[in-house]
Amino acid sequence: MVKKLPKVDVVTTGMGWTGGIVSAELTKAGFKVVGLERGEERTTEDYLHGHDEVKYTVHKELMHKLNKDTITFRNNLNEVAKPVRNIASLTIGEGTGGGGAHWGAQTHRYYPYDFEIRTLTEKKYGKKKIPKDMLIQDWGITYDELEPYYVKFEEMAGISGEVDPLAGKRSKDYPNPPMRKTPSMKLFQKACEDLGYHPYTVPSATASQFYKNPDGEQLSACQYCSFCGNYGCEYGAKADPIVTVIPTAKKTGNFELRTNSEVTRVLYENGKATGVLYRDTRTGVEYEQPADLVVLTSYTFNNVRLLLLSGIGTPYNPKTGTGIIGKNYCDHHTIMGATGFFDDEKFNLYIGTGALGMACSDFTVDNFDHSNVDFIHGGQIEMHQFGNEPISNNAVPMGTPTWGKEFKKASLKYSNRQISVVAQRGIMPWKQHYLDLDPNYKDAYGDPLIRATFDYTDQDRNLNEFLVEKCAGVLKKMGASKIDKHVMPEHFGGNFTYQHDAGGAIMGNDPKTSAVNKYLQMWDCENLFVCGASAFPHFGTTNPTTTLGALTYHATEGMIKYLKKGGQLVK
Amino acid sequence: MADKKNVDSTSRRAFLKTSGVALGGLIVGGGVTSLLTGKASTEKKQTKTTKVDYSEALQFFKRSSDFDALSAATEAIYPEDENGPGAIKLGVPYYIDKQLAGSYGHNVNDYMKIPFQEGEAPLYNADIILQGVRRLNEVSNTQHKKLFKELTEDQQIEILTQFEQGKVKMRLVNSAIFFALLREMTLEGCYCDPVYGGNKNMAGWKMKEYPGAQMSYANIIEEEKFIKMQPVSLASHK
Repeated sequence: MVKKLPKVDVVTTGMGWTGGIVSAELTKAGFKVVGLERGEERTTEDYLHGHDEVKYTVHKELMHKLNKDTITFRNNLNEVAKPVRNIASLTIGEGTGGGGAHWGAQTHRYYPYDFEIRTLTEKKYGKKKIPKDMLIQDWGITYDELEPYYVKFEEMAGISGEVDPLAGKRSKDYPNPPMRKTPSMKLFQKACEDLGYHPYTVPSATASQFYKNPDGEQLSACQYCSFCGNYGCEYGAKADPIVTVIPTAKKTGNFELRTNSEVTRVLYENGKATGVLYRDTRTGVEYEQPADLVVLTSYTFNNVRLLLLSGIGTPYNPKTGTGIIGKNYCDHHTIMGATGFFDDEKFNLYIGTGALGMACSDFTVDNFDHSNVDFIHGGQIEMHQFGNEPISNNAVPMGTPTWGKEFKKASLKYSNRQISVVAQRGIMPWKQHYLDLDPNYKDAYGDPLIRATFDYTDQDRNLNEFLVEKCAGVLKKMGASKIDKHVMPEHFGGNFTYQHDAGGAIMGNDPKTSAVNKYLQMWDCENLFVCGASAFPHFGTTNPTTTLGALTYHATEGMIKYLKKGGQLVK
Repeated sequence: MADKKNVDSTSRRAFLKTSGVALGGLIVGGGVTSLLTGKASTEKKQTKTTKVDYSEALQFFKRSSDFDALSAATEAIYPEDENGPGAIKLGVPYYIDKQLAGSYGHNVNDYMKIPFQEGEAPLYNADIILQGVRRLNEVSNTQHKKLFKELTEDQQIEILTQFEQGKVKMRLVNSAIFFALLREMTLEGCYCDPVYGGNKNMAGWKMKEYPGAQMSYANIIEEEKFIKMQPVSLASHK
């Protein structure tokens, strides 16, 4: 029995960054928006007693619990996928704020090269540079087109940063000065400069000073308290939808938040969405919410799952390469580099934030010549000072036992004497990597789970090997007494631990090769927009939020245009 | 199988210990009733000299032989040394007992639907640890005719290594999975906030020079020198 509710202008599915941005922009424009969120509502008061590693980092307080549903995972088409059973292996935000509550808040932009990757790669290196099954494609939007919306996101979230000299042009400086530098950051900076690289402070959505955004929302100054990634910020110093876009939406009087509301289907008739079906997660009662415009604002996995469950678009077939929904799935959960142990120096490593650190872009995208390497794209060399938590940080030099007397001694000795330099890599899409509905495993209500098929390729191995050497080189220059290079396993093991997945409902300029246009509007369904990293045709080097935030701001202009005039926004 | 006589006498000793009852005449009296009636007066006596920690009793484990094997195993993983206390003095066994009694022990946040495939453990965390610590005693008995806790440190390490390497046969779970869980929970107990029953007196944090649940480092973020500070726990956030 489904209870039908009165029609609204807009309904969104999830109240993280994308749902928050859509709600803020559309309510400001005068439209009535209902925001559905399967979790609870949170305020900064929820985080006042939250400096607790067991509760937040180990037991994943802020994350979606897996007792009713999860994802399944396999390396290749011949395997039977297994469910990701342990909550420690799958991080997906839940509750208002979503991923924007627990994020580390590193806020790099992607590069001009990313948005025109196929055109630029072919132009410079020829068609042969791109392997047959590597499905890179231009995004249907250029960096220059998106640039003003990067600014919009950065001003909303009060980004603190300094200009990366090797990144795309900026029309405006960051709204706040960069975070302060610790001695370990200065050491990294000096080493990179000595090597001829171009280090800069990682831009962050933890505010370096008190900040009021253009919507009038305020961020406090970051306290460097170290309870940051995996945690919510009790100071309201880390930009989170609950202290930025959600209050902005609420102030308009046009926004209604409904929590404990899990969307199960997009309702679809004659080429148009008519609304959504959702379930109260407590009572199990189902509701139909009709709307003129439906915006999917869930995480990558759930955006794609909703499309597949609702029968919208053509599911991708990895054998024939036909179909769209589920294609170009890219997982970004393998970050490697090297760890340096310093016998003669000690750092205050218990201090930090989720974004505190330095990076250099000398080896990312096409910032260096790829003529003589067997990969495309690249990685960002970076070091962080997250604020090392004692349970999660017990690395010891390779060869030391991992428990017992020697382990205890070494783990205590090096707890404030180790720095990792790592490389976030761009992840390219492949014909055989995709998302679909699992044939064996279901959620608590009988709907199939989403299945991810993904593994490392030679592109990943070659690029990783190249970058690990660079990371170790920086540590050597920094004066580490002992350097352990990280070893990439033979296969991806299925640890989805910081919510970095992309693709499945990708953007582009051709309905034959993409699910959504540059406004994230579905080619197959003009009043359905799909926001998030699900739209990325490949995973750029760094953290996805800034880019998916900018794309969503850009999309809201399309949504407003659509609500006023209707029709496909891109012909 | 472990020697029954050994198990029984061990469990009684441990029960006496965890009840806060001094060893001695009471064993002669025997019987649970006399133990329980004896408890109150003994506790009263104890408070004169040491404070009773009312949170240190068993919630999950039923047999002391299981808890003793667990305690000895955690101590082998994180032993007392010149740096400071080991797992037992840090309260790690009680931390694990409390965790296994609650939602974590029963995987309430995990996906536990069938079918479980080859290599997956269809068991709750509590079942894995319980089966594992019993196997520690069984293997010790087979190899040395002793309980695990009675072995020398080297013998304990040797047996734990067999578990770590997946060489010990267990039901529906690889012994390497048991060992990894035990190691992880041991480290949690060493370094958790003391509210969970481990990291007693914040001694784990002190050894690691970790300052705990501080509210701000804004004043020292740029300091060149290492700053050692007295840790604070969540109890100070009230």
